[in-house]
Amino acid sequence: MGSSSQGQKGKKVMSCSRMENKILGYADGRLKESERLEVEKHLATCVSCRLRVNEFRAVSSLLDELPVIEPSPAFDLRVHARVAAEPVKQSWWAWFPAPRVAIAAAMLLLATVWVGTRPNPAPQIAQDDIPVLENLDVLSNFDVLTELPQPVQADDGGQTNPQM
Amino acid sequence: MARSDVQLMLDVKAGDEQSFTLLLHRYRSPLVNFLYRMVRNREQAEDLAQEVFLRVYRAREDYVPSAKFTTWLFRIATNLALNSVRDTRYQRMEISLDAPVTVDAEEGEEKTLDVAEKNPNIEQHLVEETRKKMIHHAIEKLPEKQRAAVLLHKYQELDYGEISKILQCSESALKSLLFRAYETLRVELAPLVAQHGK
Repeated sequence: MGSSSQGQKGKKVMSCSRMENKILGYADGRLKESERLEVEKHLATCVSCRLRVNEFRAVSSLLDELPVIEPSPAFDLRVHARVAAEPVKQSWWAWFPAPRVAIAAAMLLLATVWVGTRPNPAPQIAQDDIPVLENLDVLSNFDVLTELPQPVQADDGGQTNPQM
Repeated sequence: MARSDVQLMLDVKAGDEQSFTLLLHRYRSPLVNFLYRMVRNREQAEDLAQEVFLRVYRAREDYVPSAKFTTWLFRIATNLALNSVRDTRYQRMEISLDAPVTVDAEEGEEKTLDVAEKNPNIEQHLVEETRKKMIHHAIEKLPEKQRAAVLLHKYQELDYGEISKILQCSESALKSLLFRAYETLRVELAPLVAQHGK
């Protein structure tokens, strides 16, 4: 096998080791032209690597023998069902209300701000609304008020002494 | 002229549901086969493939064609498969690789391909069945990342650059990974390889 013959000469080990990353590419024809020529040059003198190439080709052919399976008939339906069950992704624009509602809300807000920021005018009091002031001099000279009894006062003993 | 994958995906992004269906038709079989060979369970493979398409659909609005569509698609599929394999590793360890469960599944699938019809000789049919089981088991025994690399390389025919992006490793590391995988397969399939050389 290749591995046993690789250890025979130091130079050959290096060369075979370097081939490791290229042998598979060579076996399945994926190497660039320059790499392919390099590998072929090596293979011309290395029996173990030549054998390895043939074995890798054999492995590759064996892998071709595996059957291809077909997805079950319900596969597409299941995928579409799962896709349909996905929640509808809404963009942040979706959070905004409909234009008419948005305009109405904006106008209401503006009106509120306008009313709120308006200067408050001084209240105008009509003359008819103050009849008490109109009769102030009558009240200040009202004799009946002077004839009222004196208010009740408490004495030292805590007893009441009404003066009539 | 058929639209490219990238164009279809951009059309999906623009809201064209029909383009999504076209992508589904284009990739359902490769994905199911890839995932089936990764997880070795048909039902699970189909579930995972559905999940891949669902994730593609979910990502449509953020899709930017910075890489090949297949790179993106198989990267999703590979990540799902690797997670699934790791999640069920302990369960799978309890089942012998020679257990009849997977063997029965394989037999069932191969019958649909009319193997018996191609090989009327029953003995020949059994020989072929045995070969396929050996190949399946050899692939199954590979470490997950090596298995994914082999499947993407062999069956999807993706180039090294794409596979290295899918597996998130360098091209050099990928070539080394593939070499080790083929070395293991060569040893595991030695009797068949020897027959092949004759």
